[in-house]
Parts: sequence; C-alpha cells; structure tokens
Amino acid sequence: MNRWAPFEWITSIRFLKEGRMQTLFIITGIAIGVAVIVFMSALLTSLQANIVRRVLTSQPHIQIIPPDEVARSLRGNEPGTTLAATIQRPTQRLRSIDQWQTITAQLVQHPDITYVSPNLSASALAVRGDASRSITMTGIDPLVYFKIVKLPDFIVLGTLINGMPQLTSEDIIIGTELAKDLGVTVGDKLNVTAASGNARLLTVSAIFDLGNKGANSHNAFVALRTAQVLANLVGGVLAIDITVVDPYQAEVIAQEISVGTGRTADSWIKTNAQFFTAINAQKLSFGVIRLFVGLSVAFGIASVLVVSVIQRSKDIGILRAMGTSQRQILRVFLLQGALLGFLGSIVGSALGGLSFLFFHSVVRQSDGTEIFPFSIEPSLFVSALVLAVITGVAAAAVPALRAARLDPVVAMRG
Amino acid sequence: MADTPPVLRLEAVCKTYNLGTEAEVEVLHDIDLVLQPHEFVALMGPSGSGKSTLLNIIGLLDRPTSGKLFINGQDTGELDDEALTKLRGRSIGFVFQSHFLISAFTAIENVMMPMLVDQKFPNAAMRARAHALLAEMELDKWEDNLANNMSGGQQQRVAIARGLSMNPSLILADEPTGNLDSVSADTVFKMMRKVNIANGTTFLIVTHNIDLAKRCDRIVEVVDGRMEGQGADRLRVSR
Repeated sequence: MNRWAPFEWITSIRFLKEGRMQTLFIITGIAIGVAVIVFMSALLTSLQANIVRRVLTSQPHIQIIPPDEVARSLRGNEPGTTLAATIQRPTQRLRSIDQWQTITAQLVQHPDITYVSPNLSASALAVRGDASRSITMTGIDPLVYFKIVKLPDFIVLGTLINGMPQLTSEDIIIGTELAKDLGVTVGDKLNVTAASGNARLLTVSAIFDLGNKGANSHNAFVALRTAQVLANLVGGVLAIDITVVDPYQAEVIAQEISVGTGRTADSWIKTNAQFFTAINAQKLSFGVIRLFVGLSVAFGIASVLVVSVIQRSKDIGILRAMGTSQRQILRVFLLQGALLGFLGSIVGSALGGLSFLFFHSVVRQSDGTEIFPFSIEPSLFVSALVLAVITGVAAAAVPALRAARLDPVVAMRG
Repeated sequence: MADTPPVLRLEAVCKTYNLGTEAEVEVLHDIDLVLQPHEFVALMGPSGSGKSTLLNIIGLLDRPTSGKLFINGQDTGELDDEALTKLRGRSIGFVFQSHFLISAFTAIENVMMPMLVDQKFPNAAMRARAHALLAEMELDKWEDNLANNMSGGQQQRVAIARGLSMNPSLILADEPTGNLDSVSADTVFKMMRKVNIANGTTFLIVTHNIDLAKRCDRIVEVVDGRMEGQGADRLRVSR
C-alpha cells in the first residue's frame, strides 16, 4: 500500500476489489444503463439534427413579411360609436415591404445575422406548347439566397458556376417533376405568365430534386428583377429571408427585428410549431426513460452498498476503534458509489457508442444511403459520466450514513 | 515521574442501559480505577459482570452514564465525538479476542491502517514503522500475506502490532488469547509483555485465564458491575 491517496480512496478501492463479483455485477448493471442513455441520446440528437438540417436547408430561419391588411371600422361623430355593424376582412394584395432596402442594410449589420435575402414569391403559369402547370415563382438574388436555401446541393441537371447554377434575368430553375410534366430539360424555353398577366419567355438553366414530389412540381426560381416585372411589382419585394448564427435563437431575434423595424418577422420555430411539439414530446419521453434507467442504476448501487455495509460492519467497527471518524467512514462509502458510477459510465459510454456505430452502419435507407449522418458529441460522454458519478454518490448516501452512524461496539459484535 | 499523570483514571464511573425506562439496568456501579505508566494489569470477572462494558468505556467506544474518565490526565467528559475519536486513535490501542483484522488488507497494511487514518505520517515512515512492529512480533516474513491467510496466533500478533502502531500509552486487550491454543497464547502473551517492558506501554488485559492473570503486575476484579472489595483492598496485587 503506497500512500498515493488518502485513507478513504485506498479503503474504498480495496473494499470494491475484495468484493469483486459484487462489484463486477453492479458495474455491468450501471454500464448497461449508461449505454442505453448514451445510445438513445446519440440516436435522438442525430435524428433531430438531421430533421432540423433538412428543414433549415429549404427555408430561412426568419422571414420578414408585409403586414396584414386590415379594415378599420367606420367611426361615428360621437366617441366610441361605429357606423358599420360588420367589418369584412379585406383581400390581401401583393404589396411590397416598405423601405425593404433600408431594413436589409440594417439587418446585415446585426451580429447574430449571417445572411439577408430579399425575395418575391408569386403564383404563375408555366406553359410549353399545350401543357401548362401552375407554379410558385420565387424571385431571388442567387448570391445570397443560395446561402440560405441550399438549392445548389439539390441540382441534378445543369452547370454550376462557382458552385451555383446560372440565374440571369432570362433564366428559370425548375424541379424534376415540372420538367417531366412539361417535357423540358436544361436549355429549353418556357413561357411563364404571372397572375398579373405579364409573361416572359425564360430558359431552363438548371433542374433540381428536393426529394419531395410536390416541391419538385410546383417551385421555380427566377431572378428577382424578372419576378418583379412578372408580378407587376417593380422595385418591390414580398419577403426578406434571414439566417442567424444560432437557429434556436431565431424566435428571440425575430421578436427583436419586429420591435426594431416595425415589420412582421416570423421565425422558423414559430412557423414549425408542430415540429417542435413533436421534438419536445420526444425529449420528454426520453427524459422519462432516462429517469427510470437512472433510478434503476441508483437502486442497484444502493442495494449493493447496503449489503456491503452489513457485510463490513465488523471492519467498520474496527476502523472506528482505530480512530476513524464518522466523516471518514461516510466518505469511504460515498467514494465507492462514485467509483462504481465512474467505472460503469466508462464501460457504458464505450458500449453505447459502439452500439450506435453498429446501428448506424446496419440500419440504412432503401437505396443504401444512411438515414442520418453519424455524430456523437464528446459532451454526451462527459455528461453521462458526470450523471453516473452523481447518481452513484446519491445512491451511496443512505448506506454511507448508515455505516457512519454504526455504533462501533455493536458493529464489532456483528 | 511524579508529574506524569496516570495513563487511565476512572472516578465513580457508572453505566446504565435503557435509562428512564422500565428496562433500566445499571451495569457498572461506582467504578474507580487508576492505571499508571508501565503497568501490566489483568481485568477478571465472571461472564456478565460488566468487563466488556468497562473496557468499551475505557476505550472511549462508549460513554459512562456518570463519573469521570481521564486519559493521560485529560478529562474525556469534556470532549465531543470527533475529539474522542482522535484521542482514541492516538492514545489507545485495541487487541480483540477475534483479531478483527481487515480482510481486504495484508498484514503490513493492517498495521499501517491507524497511521493512514491519522493522516500525519509520510508513507516511508509509516511502512518502516509497520515493518519494525511486525519484525518485533516475528512476522516480518508474513507481512505481505492477506490477513485471512494467517493462523490465529499470527493474526493476533498482527493485531498487537496494529494496536501499537500509533505508539499509544494504553493497550486494551479483550481476551487476546481466548481463541488460541496454549502455545500460541503463551507466545502472544510474551510478545505483549515484551512490548510493555521495552516501551513502557500500559496494558489492561481482560482474561478468564487465572494462570495468565497471575503473570500480570496486578489483577483487578469486577463482580456484578462493582470492583471487588473497597478502597485499597480492591486492587489485589498478585506479584
């Protein structure tokens, strides 16, 4: 015995080593519990990150939209009186965001905002020969818009220049379904007529596949200037798309923008409320599972240590007779709990990580590609370790107190 | 020497269990006892006479209901549990009938344990002292053996070495030869006597063996929780 550690450490380790079968079984139990937590956490985090990534690659974090048009009540001469009994909701015309250039310039300066892209979406009709399809035409500035919506990643046909498809005022980018329905490919001409009646002949410069049939048949992208002309809204935009540094702060920043600019700003968190409800439900159910796993681990540790206190009552008595204080005895058993938690979490983290790796390599989509990208945050292992050690110490509290309070005379009598 | 306080002084010590209840029982009545340095004293008495209770009180493992207990002149009644534990660790060594070695540790580790608990000794000094004590008990060859792998006599000698490791002024031995054969018992007794003579450590030995008791400096008898006889007569010096 080298005095490399205080009495409590040496005694705790020796007690655990002496009851090695007991120690081995409880470490296995803790390891399984920690492995379940690590595996489920990694799986849930990866799936969530994948879903969030998919959502955020096809939409901005925040969108500024024109204010809702509302009808005002016709007031009478007397205060508090109205003349019209019924107020009808007015139709929502295409109206540009007022002073969008100034707002854009302000937002670009915001430290939490990465990209700002004014754009214009309007319905139109794509016509080729006898075939026609209704589309949602979005006018964009490709240099910034493609930083927000990663459309170039989904281009399946067409040349990319500096990683971006060509989009001049004469071009249009359409989806695979629309291209199939209209029988066009890259380089073909398409007649686009907007609801305003304005029409342009545009060239298909690229074709994308977003992995969604509806999105591939109804979406089309043109230059902002082209959309402005077609929608009869020259110089105007209908939305300002924004990305921020931390997507989960989008709602806070959106509220800040609303207050600062007086415009309506919707975050992706608000517009995808159901998605977040689902994520929260998932988190809650996982939290419940984690709680029960943690409780079973805690009771496992506690039961082993309670038995250990009974088995070692004579040892405790003799240690007390030798001058060991109650606090030292308390620490000996708390340390055993912490050590069990620590060792169990090391084994469990390895087991959980390897299980997740195996799961990721075996479970694939029908085309053989991965369901989600493999990633485990090192912080997951750290938190599993901390949690297991805390659980170990907490579980050891009752047996440790019992050991510390043992009357040495009674303890030695057995 | 005149200024040296007695190692142990008991003044009118009483012990009552279940105080204030119908099951109240007084186990010890007005016990007075003084042990001087270098003394080697046998404590005798029939079973149930209160010897073990007295030993527990002297060993600071239990508190008297009334009376005073002084260890090296210090009144223990003024000390809290923490201070009593510290005093016990530094001033009193225990040797029990059932050895009570800690099975998870080797012989030398058991001897080092009180020093480790005290946290005052450097590692090298701790090991050297434990080795010297085991050599004194003629067990230095066995020092790395686990306690469980040693004979009863060897374990008892390890227990004596452990009792001596903090160089206490008082060793309390509760029937230290009770579980040993006559040869081992004689060896263990001689070892204790050797330490007593060489170091001046005071021994109080509980025993039922009259032959062993007669080899002590004096015999103290407890009968029905009282010291046998009164005043100076209660201490029957056998030698």
